Amino acid sequence: MSEMTYAQAARLGLQEEMRRDPTVWALGEDLGYEGGMAGQYSDLQAEFGADRIVDTPISESTIMGAAVGAALAGTRPIAELRFSDFAMCAVDELVNQAAKARYMFGGQARVPMVARMPIGIRGGIAAQHSQSPEAWYTHVPGLVVVTPGTPAENRGLLKAAIRCDDPVVYMEHKGLWGVTGEVDENDPSEIPLGVARTVRDGRDITIVSWAAQVGVAAEAAEALASEGISAEIIDLRTLWPWDRDTVMASVARTGRLLVVHEAVRVGGFGGEIAAEVAEELGVPVARLGGERIPIPFSIPLEEAYKIKADRIAARVREMPA
Amino acid sequence: MTSNLTNESARVAAMFRKMLVIRAFEEAAGENFFAGYVRGSVHQYIGEESIAVGICENLRDDDYLTSNHRGHGHSIAKGADPRAMMLELFGKVGGTSDGKGGSMHIADFSVGMLGANGVIADGCTISVGAAQAVKLLGQDRIVVNFIGDGGINRGPFMEALNWAKVYELPVLFVCENNQIAATTTTRLVTAGEGIARRAESFDVPAVTIDGNDLFTVDGTAARVISEIRNGSGPQLIQAMTYRLRGHFAHDDAGYREPGEAEAALEHEPIRRTESWLCENGLSQDELDAMRAEVTAEIAGYVDDAMQADWPDPSLAFTDVQDVGAPNMPGAIS
Repeated sequence: MSEMTYAQAARLGLQEEMRRDPTVWALGEDLGYEGGMAGQYSDLQAEFGADRIVDTPISESTIMGAAVGAALAGTRPIAELRFSDFAMCAVDELVNQAAKARYMFGGQARVPMVARMPIGIRGGIAAQHSQSPEAWYTHVPGLVVVTPGTPAENRGLLKAAIRCDDPVVYMEHKGLWGVTGEVDENDPSEIPLGVARTVRDGRDITIVSWAAQVGVAAEAAEALASEGISAEIIDLRTLWPWDRDTVMASVARTGRLLVVHEAVRVGGFGGEIAAEVAEELGVPVARLGGERIPIPFSIPLEEAYKIKADRIAARVREMPA
Repeated sequence: MTSNLTNESARVAAMFRKMLVIRAFEEAAGENFFAGYVRGSVHQYIGEESIAVGICENLRDDDYLTSNHRGHGHSIAKGADPRAMMLELFGKVGGTSDGKGGSMHIADFSVGMLGANGVIADGCTISVGAAQAVKLLGQDRIVVNFIGDGGINRGPFMEALNWAKVYELPVLFVCENNQIAATTTTRLVTAGEGIARRAESFDVPAVTIDGNDLFTVDGTAARVISEIRNGSGPQLIQAMTYRLRGHFAHDDAGYREPGEAEAALEHEPIRRTESWLCENGLSQDELDAMRAEVTAEIAGYVDDAMQADWPDPSLAFTDVQDVGAPNMPGAIS
């Protein structure tokens, strides 16, 4: 076991896959000298060369579109978009091309690519660098959507995403880049897509979350425990497909569901999970997510957007027992 | 066919036959659109056949091709099966995509045809990526991207030109300039001197040719494709042409000047190639027989498409994705 950051663990996962499979390569802005925004590609160009860690022009449409073409032509590209906000310049290539080629062409094609587009608030980068649009992509048939929450998961899920024959939207949370955790370097296995992780066992309510919001939910669970409320915390890890079995089994035991995400609540993926659970189990459900405002810049404004542990705990207390 | 043809005449006759197949396919597609058997949008390639045939004549089966919404001619020229294509237009089992794609999403990966495309200029970015894969895998394939004059005003085209040159990729961009973007005259909405100048500004060599002259297209393609295969980096051919029909079958092209399309008939590629063949060893009887044979072949495909089965509705739910694949209706309560 070694202690490493979320960014270092992703770098390790990518390096392992590039050593294992010569058709794996990455393209994006500033991967060489800079090594990616958080060092998640650092020094990989020295090991694999400029043809496999490719520094590109600022051409998001072509970063994504070239990845589609390269995937159709027998390689496994990783398109690095730097920010999910910038990836919006390439939604057409992702949604109209990557997600649909296999289907439109009657199964002749596979598009084994990873579109890496970090989400979330990192602090002080405001409205065009802080969004969490993960729900958009869960709505698109053909795509897999992954939101790793820990260093070990950012290695194991990235490996699974690279090996997947479907296009995977891989959304690391920028607020987690520097978070450290234990990673077993001797275990090169992937973490399967579509499987949630139960972060904390509980009896009285199930709290479902993902990415950086999981840690906040865990803080709330700690506070609630001191009041005798036992909250089970589930990190979905993959949003499409989401681990329905784990969530349903948990809520069937606890009898209540709260979904919490950093993304705007309106139209957020929490609504989908809450609706599915309510339809199937008929139990009380609730959602917490950001207000429908752009992410602001100034510290008190940005803090006002966030869903803090005290709000989560308060929402749980309000729910019918 | 007469056995005393020169090699050159025999080769041109074979290309001419392909042009006739495309023409007959497109006529049949249009007729069956109006008859109600072919749904959606049918963008016919009538009048531009010499470009696809002249370019693809110089490609190998394993070279890649990306196309656009007007892709039937490109597909046939690259070697896709016109029978499977006709079944696809009818939405039937046995179509290139078993009815999942239709006219705008014809593909045949077995001959390197990576797909027609419903989004203008998106084939440009896909092409440069396919070319990057070719380089990474150490192959000597080249990638051809067909784009129209309307597509040159989209960002992905200019991004892809830059990208192809930066990485010196084996890509041939072929701009079929039929001078009209859907229903809008392209020069009215295009600044500067147009596509060739745009390519040259990225140091991508560009040549403008008469696309309706099969011999010019073939000769230019032979030279340019050989150069690209030998490492020249990307190049562009602007093939001037004229769309004899509307943007799609149900466009009567009322925006044209009176007499314009009629005048264009004089320069259309099938008539021109046929004249050459008449002067170079084929009799009119032989040409008529060839045309009758092709017409019958395509009519046979139409009959096959009429008779073919509709896809089972369950096929709507397959080939979406492996991970998180959809449920069949009724599979969950």
